[in-house]
Amino acid sequence: MLKANEYSMTGKKYLMILTGLLCLPGVASAVTMDEVMAIIKAQQAEIDALKKQLGKTEEKVEQTADAVESVAAGTEGMAKVAQWAEKTHIGGYGEIHYNDKKNGNTDQIDAHRFVLFVEHEFTDDVRFFSEVELEHSLAGEGKEGEVELEQAYIEWDYAENHSASIGQFLIPIGILNETHEPDTFYGVERNAVEKNIIPATWWEAGAMLHGQIAPGLSYNLAVHSGLETPVSGSKAFKIRDGRQKVAEAKAEEFAYTGRLKYTGIPGTEIALTYHHQEDIAQGMGMDDASADLIESHVTWQHGPFGLRALYAMWDIDGDDAEAIGRDEQEGWYVEPSYRISPRWGLFARYSEWDNNAGNSADTEVEQIDFGVNFWLVENVVLKMDWADQRNGDGDALNLGVGWSF
Amino acid sequence: MYRRLIFTCVIAVGIVLHVLSLGAWAKGEYLSQTAFLDQAFAGIQPAARVCWLNDRDKETALDIFSHRYAGLRVRYWQAKEKTAWIVDEIGKTRPITIGVVVTPERKIERVRILAFRESRGWEVRYPAFTRQFVGVSAVSPGTELDTSIDGVTGATLSVKAVKRVARFALYLHERCTSDI
Repeated sequence: MLKANEYSMTGKKYLMILTGLLCLPGVASAVTMDEVMAIIKAQQAEIDALKKQLGKTEEKVEQTADAVESVAAGTEGMAKVAQWAEKTHIGGYGEIHYNDKKNGNTDQIDAHRFVLFVEHEFTDDVRFFSEVELEHSLAGEGKEGEVELEQAYIEWDYAENHSASIGQFLIPIGILNETHEPDTFYGVERNAVEKNIIPATWWEAGAMLHGQIAPGLSYNLAVHSGLETPVSGSKAFKIRDGRQKVAEAKAEEFAYTGRLKYTGIPGTEIALTYHHQEDIAQGMGMDDASADLIESHVTWQHGPFGLRALYAMWDIDGDDAEAIGRDEQEGWYVEPSYRISPRWGLFARYSEWDNNAGNSADTEVEQIDFGVNFWLVENVVLKMDWADQRNGDGDALNLGVGWSF
Repeated sequence: MYRRLIFTCVIAVGIVLHVLSLGAWAKGEYLSQTAFLDQAFAGIQPAARVCWLNDRDKETALDIFSHRYAGLRVRYWQAKEKTAWIVDEIGKTRPITIGVVVTPERKIERVRILAFRESRGWEVRYPAFTRQFVGVSAVSPGTELDTSIDGVTGATLSVKAVKRVARFALYLHERCTSDI
């Protein structure tokens, strides 16, 4: 590229050549002085434009040099820190609720969940993921809350489109069990069916294979620790009370989970999970209480319209569970929603569940919820809803704030 | 105990078969830059151009991505007012390489995922998702897309990354082609 002074020199050369040509016989009459001056002016204008362009180019080169220098100025130690930071990611979510309870129950305000994730990539194919949760603000002897390790596993991409997770992970079941950041669902409290039947949030320790077997069709196959439900009292064989949370958990009997999930149509998820438990009481009952759980759900989102529907059913073997009507436990819900704008969304939900479905009494609980979400920003949500129960005393007006990052 | 043994054996055999049969894997690189540009320009790949970002561009990028754009310039390809852009954007933790072609009418002609590096959210690479962008424009340069894009369950962050890059490409098309 020619520099500005070189262009200037080139212009002078042209001038000299033109002057020489004018001295030649016959040329002077063909090219007038005015024409020569016009040519010179045009060349000067071109030179000026080139100078301006060169100035811009130099400015860009300076910016580039500044950027390169700022990177190069980093020390080796800083580079190592940067490399570590690039491979380690921190995230989290939380939600605080106010429950204006009816039926004579005490109103509550609760820092329900405060969760931190830490993820680290050892290589492109091997990574660590963890999730630690503080529930109900205070943990310890006699306190309301708990500190829980919900996830801590190594994930290994052992083949194209196939991975293995080894450690403590969330069971691949339901809509909320794996994805439950508050800004991703409607309602202040998580829905009662997934809470009482599945029971979300549910994690175990073991090994899991997962991946995709066709476009949009994925699978999970896991062998892991199981539940240990009480075998007597009001909580006997109640699923939610069987979560051992991998805290020195009894592993006399294992459990197995398999799921197929189809997400090949944008906005749509269809999933079917089968779970088998060798003995849901871990050998504490009078006979083996092997158990099977089938869960299926559909989620659909098209434009502003959304729909979630889920069905789950437990079938527990053994005389102990059958004697108290807990050999069958099931529930379902359907939840339409409408996004008025990117910030506002309305929902309604109808739920039914019964943890004593094996008896002849009317123990089924029905609940109707409706409410509104307001997303302050994409990952921060304010919520309000009303819950109305039949055959239960969970009527409440709920307010909540939630976030994730 | 018997069932446990069978299940464990099935998993172990599954792992071994996968490792033996599939060998090394080219992780997440679905489409080369050359192949993308060949598709975009019917096999006649124009020379690369460079669009330098001014302060306004950087502010717009910050508004779209919610983080600074890591670069002083963006390389692109242009033929007869049609442009192609290749931009990296992070989904959850790793960059997704996304290609966008914009027509002279300032509408998206195609979106392609060239490389995906995370373990979740890969569904965005399927045509069922990317074809939703065909014909989509921006309400005005740098603003939201004028058409609702349906998400993919379990791939929310990847979906958002692709939508951000689509917005950025539409903005750059407007800005950089009018500046030539």
